[in-house]
Amino acid sequence: MSGSASAAKAAREISLDESIQVGGGDTTSPPPTAIHPRHRRTRWQTRLEISILSGPAIIVFLAFVMVPVLVALYYGFFSWKGYGPATNFVGLANYVWTLTNKAFWSALLHNGMILVLSLLLQGPLAILIALLLNQKMRGRAIIRMLIFVPYVIAEAVVGIGFRLMLQDVGAVNGLLAKIGHFLGLTDGKVLISWISNPKLALWTLMFILTWKYIGFAIILMLAGLQNVPEELSEAAAVDGATYWQIQRHIMLPLLAPTIRIWAFLSIIGSMQLFDLVYVIWGQYIATIAGTSTQVWFMATEGQLKGQLGRGSAISIVVFAISLVVAFLYQRFVLRRDTEGALTEREG
Amino acid sequence: MSASAVAARDGRVIHVRHAKNHWGSPVIYFIALCLIAVCLAPVLYIVAGGFNTNSRLTIDPSGLPSPWQVNQYLSLLKMPLFWRMAGNSAFIALITVAAVVVLGVSASFVLSRYHFKGRNAMYMLFAAGLMFPLSVAIQPLYIMMTRIHLAGTPWSVILPQVAFGLPQTVIILTPFLAAIPLEIEEAATVDGCSRLSFFVRMVIPLSAPGVITVAILNFIGSWNSYLLPLYMFSDQSQYTLPLGVQWFSTAHSQDTAQVLAFTSMSMIPALVFFLAFERRIVGGLTGAVKG
Repeated sequence: MSGSASAAKAAREISLDESIQVGGGDTTSPPPTAIHPRHRRTRWQTRLEISILSGPAIIVFLAFVMVPVLVALYYGFFSWKGYGPATNFVGLANYVWTLTNKAFWSALLHNGMILVLSLLLQGPLAILIALLLNQKMRGRAIIRMLIFVPYVIAEAVVGIGFRLMLQDVGAVNGLLAKIGHFLGLTDGKVLISWISNPKLALWTLMFILTWKYIGFAIILMLAGLQNVPEELSEAAAVDGATYWQIQRHIMLPLLAPTIRIWAFLSIIGSMQLFDLVYVIWGQYIATIAGTSTQVWFMATEGQLKGQLGRGSAISIVVFAISLVVAFLYQRFVLRRDTEGALTEREG
Repeated sequence: MSASAVAARDGRVIHVRHAKNHWGSPVIYFIALCLIAVCLAPVLYIVAGGFNTNSRLTIDPSGLPSPWQVNQYLSLLKMPLFWRMAGNSAFIALITVAAVVVLGVSASFVLSRYHFKGRNAMYMLFAAGLMFPLSVAIQPLYIMMTRIHLAGTPWSVILPQVAFGLPQTVIILTPFLAAIPLEIEEAATVDGCSRLSFFVRMVIPLSAPGVITVAILNFIGSWNSYLLPLYMFSDQSQYTLPLGVQWFSTAHSQDTAQVLAFTSMSMIPALVFFLAFERRIVGGLTGAVKG
């Protein structure tokens, strides 16, 4: 048993390396070592080469990723409608307005609910399906390809499609009426307001989100499972372990790093959710239906009402909240995968 | 319960005896089929709905069209605005990909092949960029783009997309370039090849698999992007397809069949692209492709 334990440790190390790369998640690992053979050339020439090659990328990156954060910090202090110079300095008023706004807190609460529900609904489902599909079987490549299809379609386009299907006189209610009629439960029409009923709307959103992102989760888990050496489950099977014992005590623990990375990506996605909500619930209904999110709040209260100063302040608040969530997750969960490297950078 | 029993027997057979017959158990196939049905049904319904008539969609919204009619799709193909939006999407996506690849490969080359003081800092800069979501920058980006009179042009979407695409690109490509053997570079140097010409002649061809992965990820990201065009574009002639679908669904809210046709027409390019490059996309996303 000790032999398989050390093998398991080795496998964990392998799968850890693999999973760290997922989704560019290796923000905390040091850069790969540069290789530098001896060239006969002068110092200034090297410097010139470095600037020519990396300069444009750094400039574009700084100008359109870093500078905007500073711009948002600046305009967040003004009440500004977007034309003429911003002269109406209001101090922290935009921040106070945001943080004392009920609609903002309910949007944030929805973000939190979506975050937790996404983890609880998609995680176990994806792990279970991945464990079932992780065996030699015909057609696995096609199965993998087809379950990935929803992930590739634009959220906005998916949103329009579902909005039409979920109308009162839409495909979903129509199908339910047919099933009800078949089972003898109902004879008339089914009129469920999937989108506007506040008791249902969040679950409708969760269903669409699960539909769209479960394929990605399954593929990620499958990739994680494929890094587990076959010898481990073979050895366990020889020792008399059942199929489910192998899944529970070998596959699942070795999948843990992949699960943690997936959860991180899912959390970031939940915090940034916008497209689907805006396309389906629009500018006004989302608050009543209970599906508004913080980015939705930023867009509707800022840009769409022409309040660019306020929008800037909200974007800073949203950024700060997302950063805190991501940091806490890195600190307390991902830390196990990236010991040392993390504290060095963030601390 | 019966499912687990069958699976249990099956799992052992496969792992211990290396069964020649690689058909999995029927239960697994049944589950897989259900899963595929759930994943594809909405997509297929939207495509089929485009062939339906509005009257039938009102009477029997969940039924298949009968007869199938191509009017809606044909009228879209004749609609200049649809082609305009598709063209905008394609132009923005192609320029974004080209710029991300050129800038990304160059920066990754420096990071993987040069030894200099700021190297770590530069890598950390891009790595930190992964933590910046587009939503934090979108409002100030709109302000900046209005100030330099680019809002409303494709560049107001392309430039931020390139900037936000760079971190992931650099992080994926740097290990790729570092993996090119030192011997090749030494041999090239001995043959009188400067480092820049080594870059052009050897590095770019050798890093092709990584570059293709990065290009595809950025293409799909750009094709599907919604927030940036929503902020930057105010006129239908500037719209990309995701914005166009939303605009069309509002403008033709009574014409459900036509909206479904428009919706499926805007999904098709991304789907075709995905089916053609499925392995690279899935591999790129899961970090499995390592050249």
